[in-house]
Amino acid sequence: MSQIKEAILETISQGDKAFIPYIMAGDGGLEKLKPINLKLQELGVTAIEVGIPFTDPVADGPTIERAGERALAKGATLRKVIETLRSFADEITIPLVAMTYLNPILAYGVEKFSKDAYNAGIRGVIIPDMPLEEKDIVYPELKNVGIDLVQLVSLTSTPERIEKLTKASEGFIYAVTVNGITGARSSFEGDLESHFKKIQSYTDTPVLAGFGISTPDQVKQFGAFSSGVIVGSKIVDCLAKNDWVSIENLVKASKFTTV
Amino acid sequence: MTTKVKGRFGRFGGQFVPETLMTALKELEEAYEHYKDDESFQQELHYYLTNYVGRETPLYFAERLTNHCGGAKIYLKREDLNHTGAHKINNALWQALLAKRMGKTKIVAETGAGQHGVATATACALLGMECIVFMGAEDVKRQALNVFRMELLGTKVVAVDKGSATLKDAVNEALRYWVTNVETTHYILGSAMGPHPFPTIVRDFQRGIGDETKKQILAVENRLPDAVVACIGGGSNSIGMFYPFVEDEEVALYGVEAAGKGFETGHHAAAINGGKTGVLHGAYMYLMQDDNGFVQEAYSISAGLDYPGVGPEHCYLHETGRAKYVMATDEEALSAVKLLCRTEGILPALESAHAVYYASELAK
Repeated sequence: MSQIKEAILETISQGDKAFIPYIMAGDGGLEKLKPINLKLQELGVTAIEVGIPFTDPVADGPTIERAGERALAKGATLRKVIETLRSFADEITIPLVAMTYLNPILAYGVEKFSKDAYNAGIRGVIIPDMPLEEKDIVYPELKNVGIDLVQLVSLTSTPERIEKLTKASEGFIYAVTVNGITGARSSFEGDLESHFKKIQSYTDTPVLAGFGISTPDQVKQFGAFSSGVIVGSKIVDCLAKNDWVSIENLVKASKFTTV
Repeated sequence: MTTKVKGRFGRFGGQFVPETLMTALKELEEAYEHYKDDESFQQELHYYLTNYVGRETPLYFAERLTNHCGGAKIYLKREDLNHTGAHKINNALWQALLAKRMGKTKIVAETGAGQHGVATATACALLGMECIVFMGAEDVKRQALNVFRMELLGTKVVAVDKGSATLKDAVNEALRYWVTNVETTHYILGSAMGPHPFPTIVRDFQRGIGDETKKQILAVENRLPDAVVACIGGGSNSIGMFYPFVEDEEVALYGVEAAGKGFETGHHAAAINGGKTGVLHGAYMYLMQDDNGFVQEAYSISAGLDYPGVGPEHCYLHETGRAKYVMATDEEALSAVKLLCRTEGILPALESAHAVYYASELAK
């Protein structure tokens, strides 16, 4: 079984919800990557989503975009992030999920990327500018080494697409909770609970909520009807301020939420 | 790369966008397929193109320029005589009419030089639609008059102060805005680029340029031209001009990319001549980038050519050898501005001046 799916199901079997923090690799310098990942692992997160900076991050809001600009200014690239992750891969026991736009993978070479990423502990990738229809550009090579290709399901996806995406997604299903780009939201619209139930009805792969989740209350709110949450912009913000207390509170909110 | 989906030009094109936009792209494709053969829609469009835009535009024999060059006869397709001063209105009006039929109430667009922004703002004023235009802060400065025009037309212009603060960054922001407001908003992409179906529909909305030219040249010369020359930013005027001639093998097609301060300096916008391919703004295409896959900032004196990629159909025409992609520098384009002014009394846009330069050299 997918190592990511296994980790999420393991968390759920203990009565908790999955918690996947997103970090921008290289924000503050690549030397921070190791201590951040070790600390997140120690806090008991289920997996870590490692963001790769890109010059044109069209799916990202201002918080992650600025973090990406800082990382680029410090010289972070897909190659350097993978090299850095590999240097302490034996100390990380939880799976890593890389979030990268497609072009850096193409420039790296899909086959080489897949091998190097696997050796660095990456077990899944999320490519926000590559919809299901275009997946063959990378999928065979990822499959070859055993890296999951995680699909995003959006609020605008039609029922037929939801079914297709859900069945194709590996590791987990990344259910986007807002129409829009990444970034904290104070409220959410629509009947998200039935949207999530609909998605989960097609598969036994866990469905995780992401985009806009930024408070412990929201972690609990979404945890109530999903397998867990991904928190991005808020974590990036906290890391930039070195505010580990808030991060710990977010992670704690995912523990024992099941009624 | 052989992904089998609609909207490919050889290995180029595709739909590399966030999942949130996939439904909107499908809706757009369906609406286009439906209305392109819908009689009442076509009548409405034709009415506006004739009575509002001022089509057809003249094909003008530039006699003094021809004499100056001393070689082949040079004709100018006068897209500058369209309402709002460029070919951009053809596409903007078509898409705005389509968006209205699709039930969208708001329009978002990007603009480089401001011509597409002005055209979109104009179409929205005409049809009573709300409009927001993203424009690089650098372009807002160098094209202040067009910002004024857009605002006068009731459009909200947002200056984008990110990256190179030019066209590429304006597209990023327009895409972000569209993702966030997709249910009420249509994105009027201004060039024959971006995700499918944009490269195809924008080409079809601009092919009138080439169709008219073909008819006009046959009427006066009773033959097709030896060569057709057009400038390339994203590539909308050029694909509109080239497309009806693609099957006519005897007509050489030349796309002129911006060589900026000189191709060898690296300060240019010549994506095809740069030779690297990649994915940006929804399409697999020739793309200026470094070894890490990071998109490089394009440079050209003309804001409309200042873009690091190029429409996928041009990439295909290049790869198959059907069209040749050449270059003109800032300096050469400026010399062509002067030349056309002095010989013909026509002030070309800096974008078109790249084509004027190359055509003049070719004619010699």
